[in-house]
This record gives sequence, C-alpha cells and structure tokens, in this order.
Amino acid sequence: MDKLKLIIRREFNAKVRNKSFIIMTLLAPFLMVGLMFVIVYLGKANDSKQKTIAYVDLANLLKDNKFEDSESVKYEDLTKVGIENAKKQTDNENYYGLLIIPKKDSLELLANNIQFFSQKTPNMEMVNILEKKIENNLRTKKLQYLGVNVERINSARIKSEIKLSNFSGEKSSKFINKIKIGFGFFAGYMIMMFIIVYGTSVMRSVIEEKTSRIIEVIISSVKPFQLMMGKIIGNAFAGLTQFAIWGVLIVILLFIGSMIFGIDMSEMQANSSVTSNQMEMVKEMTTENNLQMLMREVWSLPWTTMLVSFVLFFLCGYLLYSGLYAAIGAAVDSETDTQQFMMPVMLPLMLGIYVGFVTVMNDPHGLVATIFSFIPFTSPIVMLMRIPFGVPLWQIALSLGLLIATFLFIVFMAAKIYRVGILMYGKKPSYKELYKWLRYKG
Amino acid sequence: MKDLLVTKEVTKKFGEFTALNKVSINVPKHSIFGLLGPNGAGKTTLIRIINQITMPDRGEVYLDGNKLKPEDVHNIGYLPEERGLYKNMKVGEQAIYLAMLKGMSKKDAKANLKYWFEKFGIESWWSKKIQELSKGQAQKVQFIITVMHKPKLLIFDEVFSGLDPINANLIRDEILQLRENGTTIIFSTHRMESVEELCDHIALLNHSNKILEGNLNEIKREFKNNTFEVGLHVANKVALENEIKEKFDVSVASFRSLEDDLKLNIQLEKNDTSSELIQYLSSKAQVNHFVEIIPNASDIFIQAVKNNS
Repeated sequence: MDKLKLIIRREFNAKVRNKSFIIMTLLAPFLMVGLMFVIVYLGKANDSKQKTIAYVDLANLLKDNKFEDSESVKYEDLTKVGIENAKKQTDNENYYGLLIIPKKDSLELLANNIQFFSQKTPNMEMVNILEKKIENNLRTKKLQYLGVNVERINSARIKSEIKLSNFSGEKSSKFINKIKIGFGFFAGYMIMMFIIVYGTSVMRSVIEEKTSRIIEVIISSVKPFQLMMGKIIGNAFAGLTQFAIWGVLIVILLFIGSMIFGIDMSEMQANSSVTSNQMEMVKEMTTENNLQMLMREVWSLPWTTMLVSFVLFFLCGYLLYSGLYAAIGAAVDSETDTQQFMMPVMLPLMLGIYVGFVTVMNDPHGLVATIFSFIPFTSPIVMLMRIPFGVPLWQIALSLGLLIATFLFIVFMAAKIYRVGILMYGKKPSYKELYKWLRYKG
Repeated sequence: MKDLLVTKEVTKKFGEFTALNKVSINVPKHSIFGLLGPNGAGKTTLIRIINQITMPDRGEVYLDGNKLKPEDVHNIGYLPEERGLYKNMKVGEQAIYLAMLKGMSKKDAKANLKYWFEKFGIESWWSKKIQELSKGQAQKVQFIITVMHKPKLLIFDEVFSGLDPINANLIRDEILQLRENGTTIIFSTHRMESVEELCDHIALLNHSNKILEGNLNEIKREFKNNTFEVGLHVANKVALENEIKEKFDVSVASFRSLEDDLKLNIQLEKNDTSSELIQYLSSKAQVNHFVEIIPNASDIFIQAVKNNS
C-alpha cells in the first residue's frame, strides 16, 4: 500500500511538472475563452449590418401582407420604378438582393416564376423566410379565390400540447426531456474526452519505463499490478487537477472578459449553444406562463443521484479505459506500435455514445438501453444518459459493481502482459501472441 | 547456514522452449559468485527468478535458509544488464524514490545517498536530471541506487559494460569493499578477466543446464592438465625440440622473453612431477622460463562448453 502511494505520487509529480502539461494547463483556458469571444464578435459583426432587400411586386401579391422590417433585414418596395430601374438601383445601392414577383395569369404559374437576384449566393435562411412569406400570401389569395373565408380558417387553427405527467402526479414537459438528454450527452462527451486525453498519457507513461529501460529495476522492487494501478491513479489525479484549474480559469476569464469587452454572457450562450428551435421552445414555454413549472421540474430532477453517479461513473469509466490503455502500453515497446490496438479501445466508447443517442432518446428504460447500461465498456456513458430519467438504485449499484470488477480484472491482465512483455524485448506482439502471454504462469 | 542463496532444481519454460532445466546453485555467504555462460544459456532468466520478476515452473529458491517471499525484494539489490533511469527525474529525487520502493525510509535513504555521493565526489549531480549526465555518469548513479539500500544479496549483470577503465576500477574496488562488509554478490558477465579478478565461486550454465559449479581454485585444479610452459636457451634448437618431442607431448608456446629461446608447452603424464621435468630439461639446456599452466576462467569456460556439447 505504501509503495502504491509512492508510485501515485511520482506519477502525479512527473505529469504535473512536465513543461508541456503546465503550458497546456495555463494556455488552454485562454485559447478557449479567446475563441468564444472571437465567435461572438464575428457573429455580431456579421449581424450588425442591416441588409436591404428590394422587391418589385407586379402581381400585387404583398398588398395585404407586407414584409416586415427586422433588425437584420430591411425591405424596399421598388414596384413603382419598374424592373429595369429596380435592378440598377439594387446594383448601385449595393442592396443584398432583388425579389421580382411578375404578373401571371394564375396563382400556380406565379408560384413558379418568382425570382431573386443577388450578387452573391444568397443566405439560405433568408430565402426560406421569403419563400414562407410568399407561400402564405399565395395560399390566402387562393383561398379567397375559392371563396373561403380566411378569417374563419385562421380562427379554426387550434394549438394543442399534450401535458406529460407521471403517476405520482408530477407534471413534466417535453422541454425537461431535452434537459435530461442534454445532461446525458454532456456527461458522455466529458467522459470520452477525458478518457482519450488522459488514457493516452497512462499508456505513454507505461511505455516510458521500457524506453528508458528502468523497467527491470522497478519491477524487481514492486509488483506490476501496483505499478499499473499507481500510474492510472496518478494520471487521474493529474487530469482532475488540470480539469479543475481549467474550470476555475475559464470562469474567471469569462468574467474578466465580459467586464472588459462588455459582452452579455447570456447573449454568448444564446449564440453558441441554443439553437433557434430550442429558443422557440423556450419562448413558447415562457409565453404560456409555464416558466414556473419548468423551474420546478428542473429542481425536481434527481440532482443528487445525477451528480454522485456522474462522479462515480466518470471515475470508474476513466479507470476502466485507462486500464485498457495501460495494457496496450504493456504490450508494446514504443508508441508507434500502438496503432493496431487503438481501434478496439475506441470502438466501445463510440458505441456507447451512439447507442445512448439512439436508444436512450427513444426509450430510456428499453431493453437495449438497459443492457448497454450494464455492459462495463458502455455503461459509464449509457447509464449516465439514463439516470436523469430515473433508474432504480439497484441497477446503478449493479452497473457500478460490474464496472469496478472489470477494471480490476483489466489492470490484472495488463500487469500480466507487462510482466511477460519485458521478457520479450523487441518482439512485436500480435493478438495471438498476447493470448499466449496471458496464459504464461508468472 | 553457510549459503545465502540456494536454488533447488529450478525449471522454467516459455511455451515449448526450456529456459532453465533443473538448475541448482549454492551461493556461499560473503562470496562473489560468478554466474557464467554463453548468450542464451539462461543466466538472465535465473536472475529474474531470484528477483521474483518471474516465477519458476518448478523448483524452489531459498534466501538465508527461508523460502523466497515477496518482501525479500528489500534484501536484494539488482543491477540488470538492460538498465536505465527515468530521464526526466532529478538524480537525488529518483534515487530516494527507488530506495523507498525497496523499503527504506525517506530519512535513511537521504542519509545513505549523501554518503555515497560524497564518497564518489558527485554531490553536484543531486539536482541534475539523468538526461543531463553522460552514459558513464548515469552508470555510476545506477550503481549507487543498486547498493544504497544495503541489501544482503547484490546481483550485478554486466556491471562494467559502458564504463571507462578508471570508473571500472572504482566500481570493482567498491564491489570488493562490499564483500568485505559482508554482502554476498552474484556476478554475471562475459568478461572473463573480471571473473579472474573478483570471483571466489562460479557456476557455468549452458543450454539451460548447469554444467559446472564450485570454488574457482578447486575448479582450476580440476581443469589443469599437468602442462608446463618452458623457455630453453640452447645452441641447436631444432635438435633439442625433436629430442623432447620423442619423450613428451609437446606444442609450440608463445610468450615474451628477452632471449631467443626455444619456447614449448610440455604436457606430462598424470603421475609425473614437475621436478623430474626440470631435472631432465636442465641437463639439456639452460632453463630460462618454467611455469605451470593454470587454466584461466576463459579456458575453463571454453573447455566446459565444448565438453558439454
């Protein structure tokens, strides 16, 4: 046990005193925050210019329902000056584009003959807005033509939303499901990122002993199992330290940055993460005075279980995978030989993410999702995605137990491969060879 | 208990290949024990078994009368042939870490390290990184790391490789000093002159078997074949050579001498004595040189391997 502590401390020190580690720890938050500001600024710069779109409405289609100017677009009616002059003016004034609605005999013919001229390829979103508006107007015209009372049709439009609730009477909304899924994906991606970055560093550290040839000195003092364990845990501490520093630095930098540049934080978030679809959702919720209910729901999520299991699954998932990375390091002599073993490690990780995406979103407690939340290689990701939807405690415990047992088993195997590996200097291991190694005694 | 380390019929197989076949050796206390053998004979495997890096398939190892147990790594210091240190770690820090892995307390490790650094006059290396040292300097550090936890048994595999003559002598003197202080040393090497210089006992491995073991002097006595190297000053060398050839088994010898002598190796029958030979030779010529040929370790090595195969 004392030796394990010694090894952990050495691995931790070796990692955090490394120059590139220190530089990355300090530099990465600046880069990340800098990038965020750049994105926000670019977005603003892009939006700040109000575009002008001219239109020539010969069919008088827009008579009753005109384009409304918005923050980003201004509309200019050039029907009076005629098509040729409108084109000239558009060109001279450097308008964004010119919409021409010709006069046609029937609405169907008109629908297919509307044109948009612009110097550059137009923004698709803009075209969509124009199309929608025109379609609406065409439909109204058609309805009028058919003798239908448009006002009646409009008043017949009824919006319906099914209210979801569970049997204990708690109401829930579709939006809360998005939050749950969001938590799962955030957790899944965090785990994956952490595993890829720090798992590789465990592997490198295992290989280091071979390239520096200290391996026989070390292994005549400690058991390979202790060595592997020490490396995995030491690197985990180093990784957590780095994550913690990043977290604190990013918050501080964001704070300072927004003070200096006067950028609204909420605006930044709206720009970067929330899609327009979600924005609409939120708008809907708030307009229907459901905000309070939403807040209540967010608070009623099993946060304690979620956070505790996030920490546990995050750690155990990392331990399991870094055990695999350690095994790879144990099997090879140099980093260039690791390629053939990388794929099988990445595969279950990606599988976890995809299975999570597809099955948990459809049915969090379905058979496939449940099974994958027990399989140790996918469980850290899939189980975390399921937990916000409410998972019985025994399932979490069982999944965690399996995970830990598999982790210990893998480290044991890695130690075995390591022990045999030193006797086989210079021999490139194949899977067949590895199997033979595992069967060697001692 | 006169032997510190005993292996009893140790057998180790790697798949189909037998690396060690029922190898038993006895390493006496306070001796320097040479573990010799051609490449691939199984020396390193045996050393690794003693260090508990790998386990034997059959057979047992005893240290100081007791079966080898995991804590015994604290009683053994091992300098492997494939050696190195953490390149990015500082010398002092690294030495203390490795000594603590061998069960020392931090305080003792620091004190011992200081002693050795002063002894070798290398205090200034304490906070250098290994990668800043030359290969020979790193070897010195590695030697200190091997011995600094004061083990009962030291195992050196090719300890002199990569050392210049001055440092090789320094290390050799330290090894002799360690034996004086009561440490038992197993010494594995190809360099036979260092075996001559250092070893009291040897064991010879060939093709996974032990083919020879014992006190070096006794083995030499066993291997000598009553041959004498002589230098004779005489006018007619050819005539005398022919005359001697008729009576004895003779071959041409080569050694450095001041005179233009007739140089011969003369092998006697088992029961003949050297005094008879001297009497005979001095009656024929002036004897300038007369030495019994004692086989050196290298001869024994070659001879034993040849006999074995």
